[in-house]
Amino acid sequence: MAACCRLRPMESEQTFARYLSAARPRAMAALTRYFRAVDISEDAFQEACVRAIKSWPSKGVPRDPTAWLILVGRNAGVDALRRRERDRTLLEEPAPAPLGDLEAAYAEEIDTSDFRDDVLRLLFMCCHPELSEQDQLALALKIVVGFSVAEIARAFLVKPKAMEQRITRAKRKAASVIAALETPSPAERATRLNAVLTMLYLLFNQGYSSAGGALHIRASFCDEAIRLTRLLLTLFPGQTEVMGLLALCLLHNARRSARQDAAGSLVPLDMQDRTLWDRSQIAEGQVLVEKALRHGRAGAFQVQAAIAAVHCAAASAPQTDWEEIERLYEALEALTPSPVITLNRLVAVSKTRGPAQALKGLQALGAVLDDYLYFHSTAAAFHGELGQWAEARDAYNKALSLGPSDAEISYIHLRLDELEK
Amino acid sequence: MLYSILIFGDDETFGQLSAAEQDAAMVKHTGLQKILSDASIMGPVAKLHNSSTAVTVRAQDGVALVTDGPFAETKEQLLGFYTMECASMEEAIEIAKQLPLGIATLEIRPVEWFHGGVLSPAANGE
Repeated sequence: MAACCRLRPMESEQTFARYLSAARPRAMAALTRYFRAVDISEDAFQEACVRAIKSWPSKGVPRDPTAWLILVGRNAGVDALRRRERDRTLLEEPAPAPLGDLEAAYAEEIDTSDFRDDVLRLLFMCCHPELSEQDQLALALKIVVGFSVAEIARAFLVKPKAMEQRITRAKRKAASVIAALETPSPAERATRLNAVLTMLYLLFNQGYSSAGGALHIRASFCDEAIRLTRLLLTLFPGQTEVMGLLALCLLHNARRSARQDAAGSLVPLDMQDRTLWDRSQIAEGQVLVEKALRHGRAGAFQVQAAIAAVHCAAASAPQTDWEEIERLYEALEALTPSPVITLNRLVAVSKTRGPAQALKGLQALGAVLDDYLYFHSTAAAFHGELGQWAEARDAYNKALSLGPSDAEISYIHLRLDELEK
Repeated sequence: MLYSILIFGDDETFGQLSAAEQDAAMVKHTGLQKILSDASIMGPVAKLHNSSTAVTVRAQDGVALVTDGPFAETKEQLLGFYTMECASMEEAIEIAKQLPLGIATLEIRPVEWFHGGVLSPAANGE
């Protein structure tokens, strides 16, 4: 035991808490494989955390905290099951193994390929197709990230009691995924990864799109999404869409502090103070996109990340390489055709070939995007650039009628005021 | 002789520290950099990006094979390095002790050959 423990000199209670939450996805994955049930695993991990907080301050943080937590959690879970079963039948199981060498053996096991499927399975469970998007996120935040029900309820503006019930129901629905422990086929693994990546991007966006700073918990969604994507990339280092998603999240996250002004309103990309962008995250994101695209298997996350990378590479808004962005949106349209992507491509077209050309393209979208606020504000901007004031005003007013957020309302009013001049 | 301090650790450890602990660690780094540069014994110093950005190049059947991920599939990765002019290994060890210990492991290796580099000002990594 002594050999695998060492006292780190800068430990504090806060740091312990961070070790515990960093270990949680891996530990929960391993415990869930062992117990084949999420509830028992959650209790077991909780108990392991309690013991860690008691023992680490005096004995030192184990060299591999995750392996320690898995072992202690396993023993705690077995004890709990024994207590539960005592009245019915005595479990004939070997006594819980002592820590020590086992911990080192376990640390090795955590790096094996079985283990990466365990982590993937746990995340995949949370994106069960019968669950609503919000329930998927709630389940992932509860089980994988370890947020409390109260925190999740606050983030989604739901009463804790109601959130508790929703999570319980969601767990029950998703239980079949955990019960089946087969090693997924490569095709099934790819399906699982795709579903999980989509959920993680949703989690990131929930944090990213909540402007105004009213909900501190939501901001941490971005960090958690990045942390889980990093974990997936460690486990699946050659998966290009995992690289793409991590890059995309980092490139957006790098601009987080420039996206709001002092009053808390949204600052559009072309107005942002680029000195506030986090250069380190941008560099990492750019490298990851490049690394992913080398494989020649471009996916939607990689292309979106490439678009974000082009924006981040411009020293100022007018220096943006719009031709490259237009090409990338074309590629994205080919991969995942959608009128919203076409709309975004037309924004690039307005820069490369002028607003008149872009407006022509926009006409074809009117039928499908008539209820889409951004369609009308984009049309308004094009009309404005062409000096068609009446059309621009109409389009902005149409956008205002589609329930914009406070930040969007103030942005549109600003544009309308400009038209008056 | 030029010595290097190679810093090995878990990519995630630094991010798990509290803000105060991160600051304390950074103060040690910037403090040492100042001491080394004031004494004009500081060679190239680098912090590497997360190891998930790494690709590994090796030969396979006579051609370069590029794979994703760092060379060593271990938790402890090369995070960065210092180089500095020291009279002895003992002196290099004393310098290394001024860096934050406990969050990473420091390997001291004498440098056999080095080139200070030729970079345009734009390539300066700061």
